Amino acid sequence: MTLDHFVRWMYALKGLWAVVAALIVGAFLVVLAGANPLEAYAALLRGGLFDYYGFANALVRLCPILLVSLAVIIPLRAGFFNIGGEGQVYVGALFGTVAALYLPQAIPAVIRLVLICLSGAVGGALWALIPAVLKVYRGTNEIITSLLLSYVGANVVGGIIHVYLMEPGAPYPYTREIPFDATLPIFLPRTEAHIGILIAVALALIFGTVMKRSTFGLSVETVGHNPVAAAYAGVSIRQTAISAFVIGGALAGLAGIFEVVGVKYRLFDHFSPGYGFQGAIVAFLAGLNPRTAIFAAMFLAVLQAGAGSMQRAVGVDTMMVGALQGLVVLFVAVGLAFRYRPRVITASAPQTPAVGIVPANSKVPE
Amino acid sequence: MIHRLTLESIVKNFGNFRANDDVSLQVKTGSVHAILGENGAGKSTLMNIIYGLYQPDSGKIFSRGEEVSISSPRRALDLGIGMVHQHFKQVENMTVVENLILGLKGQWMMKLNHHRQAVKQMADDLGFSIEPEQQVWRLPVGMQQRVEILKLLYRNADLLILDEPTSVLTPNEIGPFFKLLRRLREMGSTIILITHKLNEVMDISDRATVMRSGRVVANVDTAQTTQRELATLMVGREVVFNVARRESKPGKPVLEVNDLTVLDDRRLEAVSGLSMTVREGEILGVAGVDGNGQAELAEAITGLRSAASGRINVSGMDVTGISVARRKRDLKIGFVPEDRHRVGLDLDATLSINSVLRSFKERPFSRRGWLDFQVIDKHAEELVSRYDVRMRGVHQKARDLSGGNQQKIVVGREIEGGPKLLVVSQATKGLDVGAIEFVQKTLLAQRDRGTAILYISTELEELLNICDRVAVIFKGRIAGEMNVSEATSERIGLLMTGGRT
Repeated sequence: MTLDHFVRWMYALKGLWAVVAALIVGAFLVVLAGANPLEAYAALLRGGLFDYYGFANALVRLCPILLVSLAVIIPLRAGFFNIGGEGQVYVGALFGTVAALYLPQAIPAVIRLVLICLSGAVGGALWALIPAVLKVYRGTNEIITSLLLSYVGANVVGGIIHVYLMEPGAPYPYTREIPFDATLPIFLPRTEAHIGILIAVALALIFGTVMKRSTFGLSVETVGHNPVAAAYAGVSIRQTAISAFVIGGALAGLAGIFEVVGVKYRLFDHFSPGYGFQGAIVAFLAGLNPRTAIFAAMFLAVLQAGAGSMQRAVGVDTMMVGALQGLVVLFVAVGLAFRYRPRVITASAPQTPAVGIVPANSKVPE
Repeated sequence: MIHRLTLESIVKNFGNFRANDDVSLQVKTGSVHAILGENGAGKSTLMNIIYGLYQPDSGKIFSRGEEVSISSPRRALDLGIGMVHQHFKQVENMTVVENLILGLKGQWMMKLNHHRQAVKQMADDLGFSIEPEQQVWRLPVGMQQRVEILKLLYRNADLLILDEPTSVLTPNEIGPFFKLLRRLREMGSTIILITHKLNEVMDISDRATVMRSGRVVANVDTAQTTQRELATLMVGREVVFNVARRESKPGKPVLEVNDLTVLDDRRLEAVSGLSMTVREGEILGVAGVDGNGQAELAEAITGLRSAASGRINVSGMDVTGISVARRKRDLKIGFVPEDRHRVGLDLDATLSINSVLRSFKERPFSRRGWLDFQVIDKHAEELVSRYDVRMRGVHQKARDLSGGNQQKIVVGREIEGGPKLLVVSQATKGLDVGAIEFVQKTLLAQRDRGTAILYISTELEELLNICDRVAVIFKGRIAGEMNVSEATSERIGLLMTGGRT
């Protein structure tokens, strides 16, 4: 193996190096907290991966993180940054919950469940459509609009729960319970692992293939690489951008409604612990690859699921997991600063950035 | 005698690729020294070594007889070596004098007045006048180039490396530019001219170094060689300068443009009331100084830009309002854009993908939205072998190819689409003689198959070489049109600059 191959190989695995680096630096933090890092990590893994209930718990956390990461990955492949997964999660959850609470019981449960999930997807898609349309037709920076709409989404949904949907006498704004026949079946007995998790993983695999092998995927990719060339190729940039955003929003909306009908069985005010942002971490950790995102999302999920065990075993606060996540973000960002490009006969070719080639505050050409 | 610059056995590798292999040459003080070679022959690498951007893997560099190591462009400038790049490095919304003093060391106050005088004086000495308070973006390209040269002289550079300096100039600017070079030589400057235009080498240089595949194949005195000999050295085989061509047999009109007006990005009229017709089996050349509406015209015909008013008929159908995709697919409009890097290719995609960039949504390359990579790869293999694209494999990225090979992909792809109308913009810009010959032959063969070709170029010689008729565009209008048999460079040149014949 030549040096060149080696470098290329190292580069391809840079997400992994970010994780390794984060764990190493995290180890020092664990030492500072007065525990043995190896024991702490072992407890983390035991609690989040090698224990039946812990594993199921990790899977439950995997589901929204993975779906939201797809909601970031797909638009970003086209060069548009959807950082607003959080808001799309809430609006999706709201739409789905309303469907769950108000669809007539006469409709067979299976069909009702499908309609509920679709409503969730539609809700997320509509919320994502706002920054997409603003970007495409008015040139508004989609990073800003989608990010700010997250807070709007979370609070509007909270407000609607409070005013219209709150269960009478509840101590905290949450809705009535979803009818049991409209909830997602559990596939691991005696846990919360619902089939939404399997759907999320399947969607990641499907979108992996779509991005790689479909004309839609190639259109998205071309727009992301070079919008001018895409226009020349006859790909409509506006249509591609909006489709990518809407698909992303739909997936985030699905994440929201799965949380309701799969785990909590009620819509709570401010129920998301920041899935929107964890999804963005996973998207970059996975190098914008939908399949890799499954593993990257699982990594975060295991950290979160194992945090409690770690605290019990070695007495390190669960906040340590938050610090680890922060370190992962840091090292992923460091990794983005390194671009591997063989410097052969390309000196004269202009270097185009791989993503975000449409300047964030510019209008999208037709 | 001491030479201004001597290179001894310079070797530079990029990975497994040897860009410069044992390159030795000597540049005499006060001479114009041409470095001649095809795209990818290693000229740019060599210049970047002299200019301090790259370090050689081995070999020696002597400046005025002393061995030096040039670690950075700043160090090069300290040695009196300066470079004018193809793309100028100027702050466009600053004035000439501000650009000149930008980054000058060792002064606390700007002393603008002093510098203004000095710039004027320097330009005077060189035989042209310049307005030091003019903002750079307002200047014509030829004058911007002079600002670049002044910038170097102002920093006491006496060895000027000029990278393809005439590629940005109009035919009428080239004469005065060469006069300037001669004046610089008289004043004691040494000039290294990187080029692949043979007539320029013959015109201006004292000595020429010919490079091929990273090696020096010859060092010759220009007075003792011929254009043909240089071309043979450069390409490694005999080159046909005038592509053999038969008379055209024009058929029905394919493209009819009527009173077309198109706006540019600043919403100003770039094309104003232009009309033209191109028939089956003929090549209509569009001559003109760059920026007279050619780009907007091509974009309006192919659908990348909408027309403000007027009609564009292709095969009898009004196409204004029809999408790029449909113009390509249903009306068979092929387009070789001027900027292959920005428009014609997705540099980050493979050759395979680029070979179907404009048709991947059509059968047989995809079915029901799914790509068929087997068919696409096979198509790409055929394309690269038919159009003689030099590459390592169809899964290589387009970015990794040389300019000539990239252009072959674009031209090949557009022709393989079976176009009825082919709009070709500056197809040979930046290509070496071998590739130019190939592209021209291919286009002529396509003409003989009945395609109507609109050939936009700023190179008169090339237009006279392959077109059947030449229309001259000036300020968005056709200033005159003639059969190629009646066309002369003088006549076209006059029309191009707004004169009347």
